[in-house]
Amino acid sequence: MAKVLVVTSGKGGVGKTTTTAAIGAALAQNGKKVVVVDFDVGLRNLDLVMGAERRVVFDLINVVQGVAKLPQALIRDKRLENLWLLPASQTRDKDALTEDGIGRVIAELRETFDWIICDSPAGIERGATLAMRFADEAIIVTNPEVSSVRDSDRIIGMLDAKTVRAEKGERVEKHILITRYDPARASRGEMLSIEDVMEILATPLLGIVPESQDVLRASNVGTPVTLNNPSSSPARAYLDATRRLLGESVDMTVPADKVGLMNRLLGRRAA
Amino acid sequence: MDVDVEPTRQLVRLRGRSYLAFVFSPVVPIMEWLEDIDATLQRSPGFFVGKPVVLDLSTVDLSGSAIAHLVMSLEKRSIRVLGIEGCEAARLTANMPPLLTGGRHAPIQQVEPEKPEVKPPPSSLLLDAPVRSGQSIVFPDGDVTVVGSVGSGAEIVAGGSIHVYGTLRGRAMAGVNGNASARIYCHKMEAELLAIDGYYQTAEEIPDGLRDRPVQALLDGNVMRITPLS
Repeated sequence: MAKVLVVTSGKGGVGKTTTTAAIGAALAQNGKKVVVVDFDVGLRNLDLVMGAERRVVFDLINVVQGVAKLPQALIRDKRLENLWLLPASQTRDKDALTEDGIGRVIAELRETFDWIICDSPAGIERGATLAMRFADEAIIVTNPEVSSVRDSDRIIGMLDAKTVRAEKGERVEKHILITRYDPARASRGEMLSIEDVMEILATPLLGIVPESQDVLRASNVGTPVTLNNPSSSPARAYLDATRRLLGESVDMTVPADKVGLMNRLLGRRAA
Repeated sequence: MDVDVEPTRQLVRLRGRSYLAFVFSPVVPIMEWLEDIDATLQRSPGFFVGKPVVLDLSTVDLSGSAIAHLVMSLEKRSIRVLGIEGCEAARLTANMPPLLTGGRHAPIQQVEPEKPEVKPPPSSLLLDAPVRSGQSIVFPDGDVTVVGSVGSGAEIVAGGSIHVYGTLRGRAMAGVNGNASARIYCHKMEAELLAIDGYYQTAEEIPDGLRDRPVQALLDGNVMRITPLS
């Protein structure tokens, strides 16, 4: 049975596209047939993070409008043969998306893929609502700070109201993914603690991804962070999150402050 | 010897009986009169269903086809015409209701159509899930109880009291229909705004000592008193 997963947040810049690419690649490595779909019409980024920006011919809007067929728009990843990308248009905007069109595209994707991951744009307007409209599951990406948490709360409310599943009386399974977690700032009280975030959002936690330079390095070379450097701390967190998504029970590890051995021995504080 | 016995014929016995019928007296313009009927049907739908109706055409002068059209218009509204009086027999054709004569005026007992049983409106609203940011719960008919937290940026507007078995982070407006005895209760006070019967306090004015604990808010005259509950 195909699963439609929406990666959303409300707030912008928290790590939705990074998460879509990382988890999409991890699922594909796990043997699933995965397509990642960019819903950010006009401000597309998923093609950059996937390293496919020089191979885009047709996009989601073209398929919605019937100008191109779905197989013409799908771009296969060069590194993983069961990972595909359906890019967004850069020249149009959200008004070109229609519910019927998206419904048809998702239905067609369900026929051939195991996982359809929808990378939602920021905000609560048409792009975001259409990205979540046909979702079976949702990952709400949240930074542990007040604005992001409040926006995530708003999005959770919308997932329970504006999706086809909610309108039929069924539930969209929701998971929180905390990203850009900085243990040093958390211990100084500058960031919300994991407990605070979970108390406010009251939704199961999928994983905690630490702030890391590896994310920027990976997006600069156009590779999902789980492929670029699988042993880095964000990659390991994403791989654990993917295992939890597939139903495995994995212990949650809170990223710890990286204190070098010498510094610990000599009692020096990390910079 | 066979005896031919003729079966005895049951004579069709004709007997007389009188019934009470509603009399409709259409007036011109007929369309407006039909609109009046529609308005009556909207107020009490099905009022004329099953009731015998007689058309009194003595005050109007309708042609045969106009009468036929009028009967059909009434049929469409589920009003079946039993008979017609006050017009020339020649105008009525065989498939129209028969001409009646000798009708006598009789008082009608107004029987109200049976109203469907209306359940009394519920006077309290129970929400089993947290209220998310941006959601607005409006319930002017009574109390609102939330088993869960109320998110920042959410609002609860109640005609009665508000009970939050969780953290109240949004706005709570109780007693909106002039109920000054309404109260607001919560397990953890972090509200952005509290209001009872129009008198409000924003988060800035709520003393810090009351934050993060079980609290009730009530109106004392025109002053809001917020007191800890434990």
